[in-house]
Formats: sequence, C-alpha cells, structure tokens
Amino acid sequence: MIQPFAHTTFLRLAVLFWCLFSLQATGWAQVSTPPSTSTDRIGTQEALTTLAEGTWTEKTRAATYLLQHGDPSLLPQLDALRSTVNRRVRKLIKPVITLFRNQAGLASPDTETRRAAARDLGIRGTREALPVLRNALSNERDHWVRYDLEEAINLLTVEYAGPQDRLAAIQKLGDLRSDAALPVLQELADQPASTMEQHTLRNAAIEAGRRIQKWQEIASGIEILLQGLSLSSILLLMSLGLAIVFGLMGVINMAHGEMMMIGAYATYVVQEIFQAYFGPSFFDYYFFFALPCAFVVAGLVGWILEGTLIRFLYGRPLETLLATWGVGLVLIQVARLIFGDLTAVQAPSWLKGSAQVMVGVQLPYNRLFIILLALFCLAGIYALLFRTGIGLRIRAVLQNRDMSACLGIPTRKLDAYTFAFGSGLAGLAGSALTLVGNVDPELGRNYIVDSFMVVVTGGVGKLAGTTTAALGIGTLNKVLEPSFGAVYGKVTILILIILFLRYRPSGLYAPKGRRLDS
Amino acid sequence: MRRRDDALIPENDQPTDRVLAGPLFWITGLVLLVGLPLLNLLPDDSPLHVSDFTLNLFGKFFAFAILALGLDLIWGYTGVLSLGHGVFFGLGAYAMGMHLMLQIGAESVYGNVLPDFMVWNQVEELPWFWVPFHSFGFALAAIILVPMVFAAVFGFFVFRSRIRGVYFPIMTQALALVAWLVFNRNETNLGGTNGLTDFKHILGFSLHDPATQRVLYALTVLCLGLAYLLCRWVTRSRAGRVLIAIRDCEQRVLFSGYSPASYKLFVFVISAGLAGLAGALYVPQVGIITPNQIGVLPSIEIVIWVAVGGRGTLSGAIIGATGVNWMRSVLTNHVPELWLLVLGGLFIAVVMFVPTGIVGLFRQTHAKLLCWKSKIPGWHR
Repeated sequence: MIQPFAHTTFLRLAVLFWCLFSLQATGWAQVSTPPSTSTDRIGTQEALTTLAEGTWTEKTRAATYLLQHGDPSLLPQLDALRSTVNRRVRKLIKPVITLFRNQAGLASPDTETRRAAARDLGIRGTREALPVLRNALSNERDHWVRYDLEEAINLLTVEYAGPQDRLAAIQKLGDLRSDAALPVLQELADQPASTMEQHTLRNAAIEAGRRIQKWQEIASGIEILLQGLSLSSILLLMSLGLAIVFGLMGVINMAHGEMMMIGAYATYVVQEIFQAYFGPSFFDYYFFFALPCAFVVAGLVGWILEGTLIRFLYGRPLETLLATWGVGLVLIQVARLIFGDLTAVQAPSWLKGSAQVMVGVQLPYNRLFIILLALFCLAGIYALLFRTGIGLRIRAVLQNRDMSACLGIPTRKLDAYTFAFGSGLAGLAGSALTLVGNVDPELGRNYIVDSFMVVVTGGVGKLAGTTTAALGIGTLNKVLEPSFGAVYGKVTILILIILFLRYRPSGLYAPKGRRLDS
Repeated sequence: MRRRDDALIPENDQPTDRVLAGPLFWITGLVLLVGLPLLNLLPDDSPLHVSDFTLNLFGKFFAFAILALGLDLIWGYTGVLSLGHGVFFGLGAYAMGMHLMLQIGAESVYGNVLPDFMVWNQVEELPWFWVPFHSFGFALAAIILVPMVFAAVFGFFVFRSRIRGVYFPIMTQALALVAWLVFNRNETNLGGTNGLTDFKHILGFSLHDPATQRVLYALTVLCLGLAYLLCRWVTRSRAGRVLIAIRDCEQRVLFSGYSPASYKLFVFVISAGLAGLAGALYVPQVGIITPNQIGVLPSIEIVIWVAVGGRGTLSGAIIGATGVNWMRSVLTNHVPELWLLVLGGLFIAVVMFVPTGIVGLFRQTHAKLLCWKSKIPGWHR
C-alpha cells in the first residue's frame, strides 16, 4: 500500500526541482514587476519563441507572461503558432488568444462586435482580462456595451477576486439581472458553506439568483407580447384589405392569400433582378423597390380579377367564396409551375440583427419593420378613408349602396378600385412576410383562415374592429403558445371566438342601426 | 343585402306525396349493386370484365357520394355552406381505422399488439379511448355517433350564436384547419402525419382478398341507396320544406314561428352522420386515412362535387361526386400538374356559368325542348 504513495511523492519532488532549475536557467523569477514597453516587446517575442521551442514549464511561464504583457498585435503570430504546435500547447495558449481576440473586438467600431467580445470575456476570460475590461468600460459610451462590460467584469470578479469584492460583485450581478451569471450563481449557491464568509456569499448568490430569475420571467412575458405584436401586425396587414373588400362589396375573397403570395414572388423577382443587373452596393436597397412593386403587381392582378370575375358575383358572398377559392387554386398551381416549390428571399443587411429593448428582451429588426409597415398601412388607409374624396365615397357606398348610386357615385368603378387596393395591401403583406419566412406557393394559405377569423371577430367594415381583433388574436396566439402548445392554442382561440360571437354576433364593432338582413 | 340565390336554384324535387323513388333509381341501383360485381367475376380476358382496381375505385367514389349527399342536405337544401365536412368524414374514417388497426394484432411489422406507430412513439399501453374499438359493434356505433355528437356540440354553439351567412363557412373552415392540426399531432395517438394504414383484415376476412372488396363495394352501394332514400325522405317531409324555406329566406321562417337554429342543427347532425358513414366505408377500401384527407382543401372539394352535380338535387350530389372524382383519378394518373388547375377552373366555371350544375343544365334543356315542342304548330302533347 505504501508503494504508490512513495512513487507520487517522488514525482512531485522531481517536478519541484525541475521547476526551480528552469527558473534559474531562464531568469524569469521577477515576472511580476511591470517592465517598460520596450522590454515588453522583447519579452513577448522571446515568450513566443519559447512557446514554440521551450520545455513545458517554460511554455507555461511564457503563456502567463503573454497574458500579462502581450497585446492584440501578437494575434497573427499566435495564430501562426497555433497551427504548428501540438494540442497541449494549443490548449495552453487558448486563453491568451481569447483575451487578445476579444481585446481587439473591444476596440472595434461596431457595437455588436464589442458586445460579443465583452460577453465572451465574461464567460471564458481569465483574471488578466479584468484590467482590459475596466479600461474598455471607462472609454465606452454605448449603453448596452457598458452593460455587457459590467456584467463581464463582475463575472470575472466573482470567479477570481477576494471575498469582499466577490460579495459586491454578486450583488451587482443581481442588480444587472445578468442572464449569464445564473449558472455561476447557481454553482455558488449549491456549494457547502462552512465559514461565516462562505455563508454570506452563498446567501448573496441565492438572493441574486432569485432576482435574476424573477426578471427573466418578466422578460419572457414581454418578449411573448412583442412576438404577439409582430404576428398581429402580419394579421392586420392581411385582414385590412379583406375587411374593406368584404364590408364594401360583400365579397369573401379566398384568393386574398394568393395576392399575398404574388406580393412575395414580386419581391423575389425584384431581388433577382437586383442581383443580376445591379452591383452588390445597390442590393441593400432592393426592398424599397420591392414594396411598391409588390403593391402594384398584386393590385393589378386584383383589378383584373375584379373585372373578369368578381363583378358578376356581387352580393352573393357564398358564390364569391367558392369562385375565389378556385382562383386561388389556379394561382397556386401557376406559381408552382413557374417558380418551383420553395424559394427564399435574402433580407437586406440593414434588416438583419436585432435591437435590445431591455435586459433579456430582443426585438429583431425585421419584426420591427413589419410592425412599422403595418402601422404605416393603417395610417394610410385611415387617411384614405377619412381624409380624401374617394374615402368619403367609399364610406357612403358602405353605408347605403343604392342611395350612393342615386347621388351619382360611380359605385362599380369604386368597387374595382377598392378591390385592387385591398389586393395591393395583401401584396405588401406578402412582401413583408418574405423577411420572416420562405416563399412558397402556399404561403397565403397559412394565414387566410386566421385573417378571416380577424375579420369575423372585428366586425365588418370597421378599421378599429379589425385592428383590435388582429391585436387580440395575434397576442392571444402567442400567449397561449407556451402553455398550450401552438395547436391547442389555436383550438382554444377557435372556441373563444365561437363563444364571443354568441354574445356579439356582428363582431366587436357592429354597424349601428336596425337593419335586419346581415 | 340583395338575394339572388333564389333564382339560381332550379325547380328541384318538389315535395310530393311519393316517398319511394322512381324506377330509374331502382334500375341504376340494381345495375351498380349486382351488375358491376358480376362483371368483375367474368374471366380477365372477357371484353366486359371490370378489373378489381376499377371496382375498388367505384367503391371509393360511392363512399364520396354518400358524403356529398350529406353536404347537399345542409348546403343545397338548407343553404348553410359547411367547409368542415372533411372533419366528420375523418371522424368516421378514424373510428373505422382504429378498429382495423386493432384487428392487425401481432401481425404488425414490429410484432407488437400495439399499432406500429405507437411502438415508434414509445407508447407502452393502449390509450383508453382505443380500448373499446376492439369491438366491431362499438366501432360501428362510433362511426355514426361520434361525428353526430361532435356536430351536435359544435352546431349547438354555432347556430345558437346566430352565426350564419358567410360566417358559418369561415368558422367551419377554421374547424377543419384545427382538426387537421390536432390529428397531425403525435401525442393525440391517432397516428400523426402518417395516419392509420397497413390494415390486414376486417371481421376475419382479408382486406387483400378481391371477394372481401366486392362485398365492401356492394355494401357501399347499398349504403348509398339507403342514404339517398333517407335524404329523399327528409327533404320531402314537412321539415324538408322548412329547410328549403330557411335557404330562401331565413328571417321569414323565423318570423313565421319556426326556429331555424333547431332545424339547421338537426340537418347538420344528420349530414355529419352520413359523412361519418362515408368515411367508414372509405377506409377499408382505400386502406389508409391520414390527416391530409380531412383538412381544409378536401373539405372544400366536397362542395365542388355537389356544385358540379347540381346543388339542391340529390341525384346531382351523387353524379357530381362520382364524376369529379373519376376525372380526378384520370387526371392525376396522366397529367398530375393539371389537376389543381382543372379543380380551380371547375370552381370558377360552375359558379359563373352553371350555378345549377349538371342536373340543373339537364332540366333546363328539357324545359326548353318542351317549350319548343309546344310552339310547333300541330304538335299536341
């Protein structure tokens, strides 16, 4: 039994002697005293050579030296070194490379790069990163980069500093509601505490962890609401046109989803044209051309559809439902024959990435764009209906078609324009949808049922009703999703709508009056 | 709102005292019931031979015809357009499919008593709602009753909510979408996307045996005949007159002291029962049922069968279902990419040009002929 013990003791002694010997040999006993810059340069170059050629202990020393005295300008050399040495040394210089790479990242003009570097240092950095981070923090202006830097500093402090600093850092992490700190704090909270000091630390960690978790719950709630808002705006874009057309003409346009599909393909074609004929510097602006294109193309198709088919079916909603469903089938098949099954549009680079709303809540730019587009369209329709002559006429026809015709309003012409306009809106919606998903011929089918639900719930021909219903259904969808699952969430919504219509058969905003036939 | 629907519907089977159908019904019925299976029994090289495949195909069409009859009852006669009949068809089909799944027993691919898809999904025990389907009697009852009860519950809320006009189709379409989503889920233990398939036998008879398929075909024709008589009886009864009145002007019916909601609920439930029966006859003949056969598109396809044949006429529903499906099977075999175009075109053409369907067209020409005849001098009828 004594044999292995003696053996290890011997080994340890041998290693110790070896270390002493190598210290004497290399003369690096005083590494802790900060040397001047010129010696730094020489020292780092020497350390790099040692890393390539020296013994293991020398290499360890050299790596430590580099961590303390090196700077990001060594990165190319380190990278070159990394490709020649063995795995063990690669592991040894990994923290060095991490530090320098992130240090370089912290100096970058791009906020996202700076934030990523700060976050990375917080998780993978060593104690040597602390002065680097502090330095960066003192020069930083951007709110969210500062947040990430502080988070990283406190994380490293908890990991490496003395007990007093650690306590303060733990509390600070709790204040910051830091997401990344949760595993670290969890670990601290799980450690057995024997001394008074450890006990305080543990309690602080538990307290901070609780605060962070509570914040995360709030944040996920807000994120769900934002997702709901984004879905609502897509639904709104789609059902606005639907509701106007239904309210004005009594036409159930089942091909509305296909107008959306046409808008999406128009966007796709514009993108292809930009890719083929314009330089890459213009590519980012294609979306500004694609939006009006989608509106015009879809509106044109809608105008043709109205002129050839729908005008013969006015006032017979069930018939229009069937005929437009047929039109939808034909359009889907035609799109499939032309474009194939699945294509995707490349979003312009200024719509990539996301904005940070609060700690732990991100809002992707493309979603934000869709929300803004929906608001813009809503404002546009409102202006059209209530601030222009055409809008006045549309509202008159909406109220009493025969009377309006008697007063000289060209109702048929107005119908055609309105239908084209509604289709154009669907085209815009389709164009916006390319930002968040693929383009395929059955794109519109996924949304048509939901949009009709919005129209039914909102009441016919009322902007406010459609908007409220879109917001309600979209948000409810996303709120129910985490607990019920997407499918059962939809089931619940259907049941809720049926129950709702029991009490308000004509939707949220029923037209006033005592007309019987509705 | 202007109402033009009234003018579109032809003079349909006016309520008369005759309850039994005319000789044409009995002759066609006999030919289909006995004639086709007999021709199938002829030797292969005979010119009149009807192949097993064709017989099976017609069995499927007639199952669809039952479904179309149900839809015609609620749409053609009562004017309530249901875009969710695929769900009731699916409920009946799944009830039958579950029984057939359990009949496979240990002969399945995995040699497990549980259906194969449950073995994939690591379900250890048969879910409770599957257990009673071991009994054929229970399955038979479920085929009719499950869709009827479901329709009664859904219809109760929807009709009581005074959801009518175009709102009803929208709600039923949402129902079809939701049902499709639910049946697609694995955790509902209904086979997920792949549905129920790989059936082996029914009541001990092999489903791969042509004789069994012949019997199933004859059974389908028999059920179709009975369904036709049932619908005829319903539409010619006093209640049937109320149904037609609801279609033509619901408000007037309401003010005459009837309750349109109850009548609509009644006919909705009957039509759901017919759809369930159709589903149950469809499954053993086709050998598979998947969620894709009960979704939004299949549900609205049923409407076009009835529209093509002629809504508001029972024979129209049967002719439409058979004709459109026959065209579909021909087209999907030869030019698959054309089928959706043709289907879309059918929707447009029927609504625009022949709102009364084939039967209506036939009647119009007949009436015109009579009119011409009366104008010919010296012609005495």
